[in-house]
Amino acid sequence: MIEKRHRTITAVLLWLAPICFLLLFYFYPLGSILKLSLARSQQGLFSPFLQALNSPISWRVLGFTLWQAVLSTILTLILGLPGAYLFAHYNFHGKSLLQALTGIPFLMPTLVVAAAFNALLGPNGWLNIGLMQAFKLTSPPVQFANTFTAILVAHVFYNTTIILRMVGDFWSHLDPRLGQAARMLGANRWQAIRWVTLPLLAPAITAAALLVFIFDFTSFGVILILGGPRFATLEVEIYYQTISLFNLPLAAVLSILQLACTLGLTILYTRLTRHLSIPLSLKSRVATQRRLATHRSKLMAGVIIVILLVLLILPLTGLAVRSVTRLEPNRGEQSVTSPGFTLDFYRALEINNNDSIFFAPPTKAIAVSLGYALATTILALVLGFPAALALSQEAASPISHGLDSILMLPLGTSAVTLGLGFIVALDKPPLDIRSSWILVPLAHTLVAFPFVVRNLTPALRSIRPRMRQAAAVLGASPGNVLRYIDIPLMGRSLLAASIFAFTISLGEFGATSLIARPEYPTVPIAIYRLISRPGELNYGQALALSTILMLVAGAGMLIIDKMRIGDIGEF
Amino acid sequence: MSFNRSDLKKTANMTILSIQNISKSFGSIQALEKISFDVDEGEIVVLLGPSGCGKSTLLAVISGLEIPDHGEVRWNGISLATTPPHLREFGLMFQDFALFPHMKVYENVAFGLKMAHNNPEAIDHRVNEMLAVVGLPDFSKRDINTLSGGEQQRIALARALAPRPRLLMLDEPLGSLDRNLRERLVVDLRIILHQMNQTAIYVTHDQEEAFAIADRIILMNSGRIEQIDTPQEIYNKPASIFVARFLEMTNLFPAVITNQDGKQQAITDLGNFSVISKMDGKVNLLIRPDMAKMDDKGPLRIKGIFTGLSFRGSRQRIILEVNHIPLIFELPSFITLPNPGSEITISIDPHSAIQIFPEY
Repeated sequence: MIEKRHRTITAVLLWLAPICFLLLFYFYPLGSILKLSLARSQQGLFSPFLQALNSPISWRVLGFTLWQAVLSTILTLILGLPGAYLFAHYNFHGKSLLQALTGIPFLMPTLVVAAAFNALLGPNGWLNIGLMQAFKLTSPPVQFANTFTAILVAHVFYNTTIILRMVGDFWSHLDPRLGQAARMLGANRWQAIRWVTLPLLAPAITAAALLVFIFDFTSFGVILILGGPRFATLEVEIYYQTISLFNLPLAAVLSILQLACTLGLTILYTRLTRHLSIPLSLKSRVATQRRLATHRSKLMAGVIIVILLVLLILPLTGLAVRSVTRLEPNRGEQSVTSPGFTLDFYRALEINNNDSIFFAPPTKAIAVSLGYALATTILALVLGFPAALALSQEAASPISHGLDSILMLPLGTSAVTLGLGFIVALDKPPLDIRSSWILVPLAHTLVAFPFVVRNLTPALRSIRPRMRQAAAVLGASPGNVLRYIDIPLMGRSLLAASIFAFTISLGEFGATSLIARPEYPTVPIAIYRLISRPGELNYGQALALSTILMLVAGAGMLIIDKMRIGDIGEF
Repeated sequence: MSFNRSDLKKTANMTILSIQNISKSFGSIQALEKISFDVDEGEIVVLLGPSGCGKSTLLAVISGLEIPDHGEVRWNGISLATTPPHLREFGLMFQDFALFPHMKVYENVAFGLKMAHNNPEAIDHRVNEMLAVVGLPDFSKRDINTLSGGEQQRIALARALAPRPRLLMLDEPLGSLDRNLRERLVVDLRIILHQMNQTAIYVTHDQEEAFAIADRIILMNSGRIEQIDTPQEIYNKPASIFVARFLEMTNLFPAVITNQDGKQQAITDLGNFSVISKMDGKVNLLIRPDMAKMDDKGPLRIKGIFTGLSFRGSRQRIILEVNHIPLIFELPSFITLPNPGSEITISIDPHSAIQIFPEY
């Protein structure tokens, strides 16, 4: 009894800070904005719901949101699964570099991704420039921006790495003998996959697909910038209704609708990830991976690698190259475009050539971004560590399951709604921090915190109680157990979690755009300001700043990859 | 229980599987080097050797899961080089069974039959038949993850046997079980395999297991074959120093054999004694530990200091130091031994207990 009470107290203490944080900075702002929004309705509390449900617009938006998310998820799976197979089964030169490279898109801010695709396929992109030069055309032949294809391609680009990592990681630990056993019992290659490998992978694939679906479902930046005005997901519609039309009641209803959908999906997701621990004897990678020996496997690997590189790496390379390329003729010269190398865009970053009162040199934006990212990392770790510890100790209790789902909620919540909630709720007592710098890291922490918990929990669970007991028997106090056993064993996961939090903060745009003070813009906001202004110079500068952000995020991803331990579960 | 091996073999010696000159290397490691042997129909051949000697790689090559660098596997005279694993109609029972954790016992056993497109009634009949053969008739609805080690082993055997494989391969099938269970199951396994006239290749590193189940043993060492023989022949006439050591015959030491008046004399650190040898000059000499008597009347007597004893149930193993060379002998347990440190004399028959190997 005492033991049990002791454990309950421990759990309560561990959950205290994370729950308080969520109550104050998630549920309170969210509740405030929803209450305010609905109170604006003149015909009573329920009429906005009835209006929204009767309006063809909200159904169309919901329909489109679901449709593009389903399609994007399927395409992501089609591209990701062969890649996951390759990474899970084969060792080859440059594999870890390729893995790190394929992880970069995930950490890219939507703005940079949009800019990257524009640099490759947009009206002034490499493809169109090349085609125009080759065939002497006067207008760009390939229409990519503002199409449905653009949305799908960007979503696949963004989320393929989730499939590669979550499924590939699980697959690489799956005992290859199960497949071989099926082969020996007369199953051909496809039958072995159909009857043995796929059913065993099903929980991992479903969990990864659900996460991809949630990201696609709440997509904002990609739709806004690449999709153009013709397309609106729930998130984009919330943004329009709030910012352009100021129809807050409808925005609130749509927010609730989106939240209900993502809540259902996150509950499903946390259930499925728990099934990842079905009783399987997982093998170390050494036992499951082989070299590319046969011509057939080499051909397959080549095809998969080329596709991954073209889809995931080419746009980013195009972006970087475009940021150092001059296409317009210099003043006074003939109007013949001859691409040339230039660092003008990087140099111009320091000059306030628009005479904007909110001009911030990029060094300042970078400093602001780094500062926010650092604060976010510390906050997310301080809050995420106790939550992960509690989850790893009380894995089976229903309370843990419930809290686990709640932790994922901020991921599926409209960033615009959340940003507005911050503005509305946090500028009056009891919490008057509207003008404080801490607002931005707090918002970023909401998004980063679930990732920290996802990274730390499996690492903590993998520390067998025996090791702690052995240390205790050898004379280590509880504090020393933490210091000499837990922290060294999970050091790499801690680092990976920190870098996730850091890069997420670097790239966050939706909420930041609403709450950041204009004189302290982050890098994504500075990019957005540049990209929304006309002219080659502004465009070039946006690409230059995007390249800088990409390099920082890429370096982070490389470090994460070097730090990976053989854990199951990545997100 | 004991079996007369020749009675249990129903068919005449007909080579059915032929392994011809197989070599396989992984990077710079030569896993298999020019391996050749034949397997008769209905025969149980055991691949015996220490871990890492290439046994499992050889199984993988025969299964078609690995492609050899050289050589080929022939079935009934026809090369299997282009036949993929699932069309070879061979069965393979894995070391840790590789039962499908997402299927019940029934579905595991039925899997091979389903792949062969048997109709449901035939599958049902065969699955129940196989579960009865392995002694677990009521297990069809059981969850794989709730089975004990011995039960898993039996289900894995039922699964491998169900599609009637032309050849059954077993890779250390009893390795993860405890000794008692292992000794019982190995006898059961031999009965089941012979009842079905199942041609089988059995891989193990345990000599007792090999002796208990094999019709013929292929003893392997670092990718090469050391000896192919019946268990009795292997035990009585180890073909090399490696085989002798592997069978725990450790009384090996250098000797020089000279001819004196038509009689052969072995000159060793233990002393000199007469032997019968086909070789002269420098050799290695083995004194078998299991043929010693504790008396001083035998043809060759060895006197030494009794320094150690390890009790093995029906037998006891003693260490006898002769000229500071420790020799190991096995004696029946009923013999009472003096206190350690005393001098004792044992006797051996040089014809049967001494074996001579070339000095490499």
